Amino acid sequence: MLKFLLSRLAVLIPTFLGVSIIAFSFIRLLPGDPVMLMSGERVMAPERHAEIMHELGYDRPLPVQYLDYLGGVLTGDFGKSVVTKRPVVDDFFKLFPATLELSLCAIIIAVVLGIPAGVLAAVKRGSFFDQTVTGAALVGYSMPIFWWGLLLIIVFSGVLQWTPVSGRISLLYFFKPVTGFMLIDSLLSGQKGAFASAVNHLILPAIVLATIPLAVIARQTRSAMLEVLGEDYVRTARAKGLSPLRVVGLHALRNALIPVITTVGLQVGVLMAGAILTETIFSWPGIGKWMVDSVSRRDYPVIQSGLLIIAGIIMMVNLIVDVLYGLVNPRISHD
Amino acid sequence: MPLLDIENLTVEFQTAGGVFRAVDGVSLYCEKGEILSIVGESGSGKSVAMLALMGLLPWTAMVTADRMIFDGRELLGMSPEKKRKIVGREMAMIFQEPMSSLNPCFTVGFQIKEMLRQHTDMNRAQRQERAIELLASVGIPAPKERLSVFPHQLSGGMSQRVMIAMATACQPKLLIADEPSTALDVTIQAQILDLLRSFAHEHGMALILITHDMGVVAEMAERVQVQYAGQKVEEQNVVDLFTHPHHPYTAALLSALPERANARRLPSIPGVVPGQYDRPPGCLFEPRCSFATEICRQGAKRQGSGLGHALCNHPLNGPGDDAGEQKQRNKAGATS
Repeated sequence: MLKFLLSRLAVLIPTFLGVSIIAFSFIRLLPGDPVMLMSGERVMAPERHAEIMHELGYDRPLPVQYLDYLGGVLTGDFGKSVVTKRPVVDDFFKLFPATLELSLCAIIIAVVLGIPAGVLAAVKRGSFFDQTVTGAALVGYSMPIFWWGLLLIIVFSGVLQWTPVSGRISLLYFFKPVTGFMLIDSLLSGQKGAFASAVNHLILPAIVLATIPLAVIARQTRSAMLEVLGEDYVRTARAKGLSPLRVVGLHALRNALIPVITTVGLQVGVLMAGAILTETIFSWPGIGKWMVDSVSRRDYPVIQSGLLIIAGIIMMVNLIVDVLYGLVNPRISHD
Repeated sequence: MPLLDIENLTVEFQTAGGVFRAVDGVSLYCEKGEILSIVGESGSGKSVAMLALMGLLPWTAMVTADRMIFDGRELLGMSPEKKRKIVGREMAMIFQEPMSSLNPCFTVGFQIKEMLRQHTDMNRAQRQERAIELLASVGIPAPKERLSVFPHQLSGGMSQRVMIAMATACQPKLLIADEPSTALDVTIQAQILDLLRSFAHEHGMALILITHDMGVVAEMAERVQVQYAGQKVEEQNVVDLFTHPHHPYTAALLSALPERANARRLPSIPGVVPGQYDRPPGCLFEPRCSFATEICRQGAKRQGSGLGHALCNHPLNGPGDDAGEQKQRNKAGATS
């Protein structure tokens, strides 16, 4: 087990290096620089511009800047935002709970709806329900997130006026964040209506973010289940006189879940990518919106380090999934 | 009254090319404690008939019969809830591929104890004790330790022993063994068959052994039912079947045994079992039969018990008859 973990951690090193190089160089490929964008519409004297660029160290050759940045990261210094002047890590972890809350709700929706839908579709293969699930999954998977999000806003916020358009909670409520999760904080605050408001704000972005993982999980569950239902051990389970619920829900599902767990783990990356669009559409104050805003401000340190931390989180989640895999599938052992 | 009494069982599948009849009017009975063997080539419907009895066919299968009585109870039209109390407890089945018949995600102990949990009201400690006892009874060394082992850690022979332990957990009145030794190597085959026979004798359990191996039949069976293309073509006790086969198909099967061959070339039956699209209109064996005549193209007649219920117009070894006379008569029939 320890050997397995160490070998997996060793793979992370080149991945980290790759991500850092890409993040570092791609943002610099964009025209413009942070100083120019900070100065806004006022014209800045070229001397002043060069002076600030020198202060920030952006006039040095790129390899030197990169090595300087890498050295900082290795000593735990992820740099300071050019705009807010605060350490990137501080900003990141202040905003991260919002993204985490949204992503967790999305993945819970995707798993809770996707797995039963996939199982039922497989059990009733070829039925109307199966065709509906398969069709809906294809549509959901193919739908552009920004368009789907806008569509839901038009219907539920615009026409029906059931949900607010943006933000995490109504401006009527204010309380100090305790956990950073609005659902929990609003309950802890004890203010009447705060929780309902938080749920109301969360529901649309969570649905939008859940759509692609839901489609993927439902399809994966269905095909894994179809394969497993034809296995000899499912026939054995039925030959024992077990109820259909136990045969499908225990004997078949337990085996079908093995590939599904990998899929769920991979959806974490999809969630992060989706969060960028979803948070922008719904003005959700999380990492995704922060990154997009930083790109338009050419806030180099935020983008470099933000991407690196997100990549790190995704890699850790995948590592955890691989470890879990060994627990679910007795044929795999990490010894 | 026999333990199992099936009359005129038919199983059909709806396929893209029309209806496929896998089992065609098969009747079968089995006495308490009897070892019955069902023999036939692949595609003769032997497994399908038994899966239909157990209720293990997919829902696309259409099962009809005049009666299907097990231990005095009619299984046809019985509610699934009621049938699940019989299946597994009084009537159990083991399969051809022991390695894939055990669930890879659960320990051997869990799978055996699950059977006890489903059908008995033993408590946890009693189930544990009974599971150890069962593993010991099928000849698995260190049974207590083996309970926590996963199926992929067992060999094929061991897996089949576990399957037998599981199937016999509730002391069923009938055990159906579907080619239980085919996937195993020869020395293990003999051990598994010995185990099944001793179980049947010790517990008075009836055993239906599905096989295509005449050697296994000779060794194990008390009575034999021969199936061909979904039909029962002959039924006799084992000694008579081997000495006086009445159906030409049975005779051909027996003469294909290596022990019986006296020519340099091993005799074989020409042709293959008819499938869905090339079903002959009359006797199904007619295209491959060396005794076939014109009337065989119209249909086959079911003979009486003196001729092993053979489904044949020209049964062999009839009273006062031999193969030579038989052929003479065939010729006469063909010219007239």
